[in-house]
Amino acid sequence: MADLITPELVDLNLTATERGDATRSLAERLQASGRVTDLEQFLADVRAREAQMPTGIEGGIGIPHCRSVAVVEPTLGFGRSTQGIDWGAADGPAHLIFLIAAPEGGGSEHMAILAKLARKLIHASFRDSLLQAQDPEAVVTIVKKEVLGQ
Amino acid sequence: MKIVAVTSCPTGIAHTYMAAEALEQAAKDAGHEIHVETQGAAGAEAVADADIAAADAVVFAADVEVRNRERFAGKPLVQTSVKRAINDPTGLIAEAEAAVKAAPVAATATPTAGGGDAGRPVAPTRTGGGGGGGGGGAAAFGTQLRGWLMTGVSYMIPFVAAGGILIALGFLLGGGAVKPKVYGGTFEGVTYQAITDYTQVVQKAGWAGLLFLIGATAFSMLVPVLAGFIAFAMADRLGLVPGIVGGLLANAIGAGFLGGLIAGLLAGAIVLLINRVKVPKGMRGVMPVVVIPLLSTLVVGILMLVVLGQPIAAVSRGLTSWLNGLSGSNAVLLGVLLGLMMGFDMGGPVNKVAYAFGLAGLASGNLKVMAAVMAAGMTPPLGLALATVVRKGLFTPAEREAGEAAWLLGASFITEGALPFAAADPLRVIPSSMLGSAVAGGLVMGFGNNSRAPHGGVLVIGLISKPILYVLAIVIGTLVTAASVIILKMAGRKEAKEVEPAASRQATATG
Repeated sequence: MADLITPELVDLNLTATERGDATRSLAERLQASGRVTDLEQFLADVRAREAQMPTGIEGGIGIPHCRSVAVVEPTLGFGRSTQGIDWGAADGPAHLIFLIAAPEGGGSEHMAILAKLARKLIHASFRDSLLQAQDPEAVVTIVKKEVLGQ
Repeated sequence: MKIVAVTSCPTGIAHTYMAAEALEQAAKDAGHEIHVETQGAAGAEAVADADIAAADAVVFAADVEVRNRERFAGKPLVQTSVKRAINDPTGLIAEAEAAVKAAPVAATATPTAGGGDAGRPVAPTRTGGGGGGGGGGAAAFGTQLRGWLMTGVSYMIPFVAAGGILIALGFLLGGGAVKPKVYGGTFEGVTYQAITDYTQVVQKAGWAGLLFLIGATAFSMLVPVLAGFIAFAMADRLGLVPGIVGGLLANAIGAGFLGGLIAGLLAGAIVLLINRVKVPKGMRGVMPVVVIPLLSTLVVGILMLVVLGQPIAAVSRGLTSWLNGLSGSNAVLLGVLLGLMMGFDMGGPVNKVAYAFGLAGLASGNLKVMAAVMAAGMTPPLGLALATVVRKGLFTPAEREAGEAAWLLGASFITEGALPFAAADPLRVIPSSMLGSAVAGGLVMGFGNNSRAPHGGVLVIGLISKPILYVLAIVIGTLVTAASVIILKMAGRKEAKEVEPAASRQATATG
């Protein structure tokens, strides 16, 4: 199984100011690294999930995600936005964006990793360390350590 | 205080687990014990019945329906959205405390209260265990088995839809002769040679033949895909090779979809077994690349061909000679028996024997048998399609989609339209399918319809005598299948409700 996240999948200066644009710019990184085969299909699947109920949660977090046939490997794309992007949470815009891509019908092994990732998102220490990360490599190191225990 | 909770969300990969984590943290901070069941994509690990029995309060943080919620009946309940649990877990736990205080005392006085809590064992309901312990373990295994089957079915459905509709279009454009034109055979007294060079299919069988051939090719993948993805659900990628090869062999020995179910489950189980063997470090690299695919495929192949193949061939021969012996007896009874066989395994060995009997009748001039066989092969998909419309809640979204295609497939005498349903829930669907087919087969023999076509369903209605009575027989058979599958599925739910409390009592009593 490929790594959940690599430095190419991290954008510490998200310039987009709107949910759809931010998602697209992260999704393009997933496509460029071969994790997503069909960008439009993938974005449509993310939008469909977002339309059911916005995925923003309190504490400045947005978690666009989907299970899609266009996804090859379970992948995390990570973006940080200084100005913040409205993600539908009651307490304000999101500064940390986690784009979670799961393959449709992925095996339980895949899903277990994403489940561990989701559990980590709750912890303030995990968020803080991501807010303070200096470069993409640091983000990858944090995620690997916290989620995969590597 | 003891709390049990269920979290679930539409996609099942993010919020389900975030809510679980948040609730666990908040409960711990407040000094409570909590067990959370995450009904998400990673597979739900069921909360032990003993934990439910001992719980003071139940929390549902769910945006989709909580599965098997009857397990939690009778406890003080707080129900909310999954996001609420993430954003305000502490408030939610406080609400659960309040709900316990407000509840009548009787609700918390579970049978365990008298036994003393010290040393009370927690019933192991961990899914994926080997032998399966008490009633709870068996129930968890049932859920898991159904999950595996549904995975296989959901990958098979597009093949059923694409292949089935192409075949139906082939019949629509080319009439009943399209199949013999492609695969050889006799139709309406004309004998056709099978096409050997498929690049010539348009010249020899027309565009209808082309559509039919593409559809039939898609259909040849039904059982391999079903078996492959059942094994995939069990053992991930490594399951695919033995599963697909096992499915192809099930086709080759004429074992039908039941053979495919066996092949898929065998393949998954064998890969999981091999995976348990501890190998030296140097070997680990080649295990998933060479050793596991090779061994698992070999074992599944041998089991399919040697252990399963010969009994199936013997059963087919036995059924054929038994049917031939019945030829002179009561026509309606023969129709009922043929119907039972047609409805049993949808393209499997028993169905094939009945269909071949119909073809033999056609060749010898007994056109009634063919008519009965065709009607009996149409009602299973039609009945199930009807059931998905009448009682949506009893079917998964994937099954409801399969139901939409099943109308056309059933009407075209493509019994495989019922396969997704039968593979997902064989014990309830197969009896319903057999019952409706038996009624349709018996009625057609009673009405005395003739069919000069071996294929095509309503698309060849012009070749069937007394068409109105024929359609009536199909409608009645369809209603019977729909009604019985609905009754069986609803009864299954009630039974689960009755069994669960008994299982939890048993689990706590052993302590």
